[in-house]
Amino acid sequence: MSASVLYDAPGPKAVVRNRIYTVVGSVAVVALIVFAVLRLKDKGQLESAMWDIFNYSGIRQNIVDAIVATLKAFGLAAVGSLVLGVVLVVGRLSDHRPVRWVAATFIELFRSIPLLITIYAIWVGFLPNDSMWALAIGLSVYNGCVQAEVLRAGINSVPAGQREAAYALGLSKTQVMMSVLMPQAVRAMLPTIISQLVVTLKDTSLGYIILYPELLQTARLIASNTQVNGDYPYVPTIIVIGTIYVSMCLLLAGLATWIEKRGRRAKTGIDVAPAAPPAPTDLSA
Amino acid sequence: MNVLLDNFSDFRAGFIGTLSITAISTVIALVLGVIIAGFRVSPVPPLRFFGTAWVTLLRNTPLTLLFLVATFVVPLVFFPGMSAYVLASLALGLYTSSFVCEAIRSGISTVPLGQAEAARSLGMSFSQTLRLIVLPQATRTVIPPLSSIIIALTKNSAIAGAFSVTELFGWQKALSDQGYAIVPIFLWVALGYLVITFAISGVFRLLERRLEVAR
Repeated sequence: MSASVLYDAPGPKAVVRNRIYTVVGSVAVVALIVFAVLRLKDKGQLESAMWDIFNYSGIRQNIVDAIVATLKAFGLAAVGSLVLGVVLVVGRLSDHRPVRWVAATFIELFRSIPLLITIYAIWVGFLPNDSMWALAIGLSVYNGCVQAEVLRAGINSVPAGQREAAYALGLSKTQVMMSVLMPQAVRAMLPTIISQLVVTLKDTSLGYIILYPELLQTARLIASNTQVNGDYPYVPTIIVIGTIYVSMCLLLAGLATWIEKRGRRAKTGIDVAPAAPPAPTDLSA
Repeated sequence: MNVLLDNFSDFRAGFIGTLSITAISTVIALVLGVIIAGFRVSPVPPLRFFGTAWVTLLRNTPLTLLFLVATFVVPLVFFPGMSAYVLASLALGLYTSSFVCEAIRSGISTVPLGQAEAARSLGMSFSQTLRLIVLPQATRTVIPPLSSIIIALTKNSAIAGAFSVTELFGWQKALSDQGYAIVPIFLWVALGYLVITFAISGVFRLLERRLEVAR
């Protein structure tokens, strides 16, 4: 149902009423923003000296390093989660019951435990000196489980005839999975896989809690180590770093939408010729 | 075993903390989600714009960043004395409201066209159509995605523990700082979360069965 089904085309009265709502609502939102800005100004968070810190080359270098650190953790986690996802889904769909059982338990367990708990346990228990790998491994484990479920849905959506045909041609189990089912599953699920990657990127921010120097941790360090006029520039740093974060996520999410649209447009699949209508049989004969 | 028995009262406090922050943020998220979903389909263009902006912004912000904003910026602007607990529930509730809104919006689009048309031809206004006809029917399709959203909320509530709110992650952190082995702590905390998430999915399965109609 498109939204416009829910209401009639506005008549003269409704147009006036909508205008009133518009004005009142806009005034309320603007008033809230003005109030927030004034309060921040009162607290001295908007003074030019506060924002001047971003002109220091040291702080700029910190931010660049933080972006690199975030992207490094994200890259490792993206590769790790995709590889783990493929391994887990192959295990989950295996013909051997113990393998299937282990994969299913692993997926269910790590999908239902908060990611932060896993990351923290890996950090404290196994990699106390290497928060980057703790973060990357934790992210890979959790997102690998999610990607495995996504891929499983994709594989199940491949028509059964594909698999039967592949077996009929004499392909081995591995060949059927890797050269027939998996490519089609990945193609069908690409938008979902990428939006899970956006989630992975957002979740790198959990590195904040295990003191991995990614964007948020750097924001906190900058804000709490730089004193301007006896005050700490929390608001400017959070605004700057937050903008960087949100734009990175929006870029990746935009990529997902673009691929989804492109996939919908391109029809490269083989079109089966429509069956000829049954020959008219002469019943009277 | 010792880890749990020695610190059982803290564990219980953490468990109840997780439960209560989950409950409060769920209420905030559901109420706000329904309102924002109403905004997104409303006849007033700025309201629609506001709804879209809300969802886009909150969905693409890492939750940790929201917690940072709640901890460091909100007390400067609004009420200075707000407790970490209230701030954390607000951050979690606002973040989840954007997901709830999207779920409800896609639920609205599954209600047959004729329903809203019939409501309008009876002379119902937009809010009446939405409130009395469309939303009640959308509920049924919205329940399964809502269940996974609320389970995600429960898991996300762990982040609140890092911002000095008493809950299960806080317990894990405190005990591992005291030098207990991490693996048993991890298992007990995991068990705590499993209990909550299974309970939530059980409640939702029950709801689904109660609301089921033969179509």
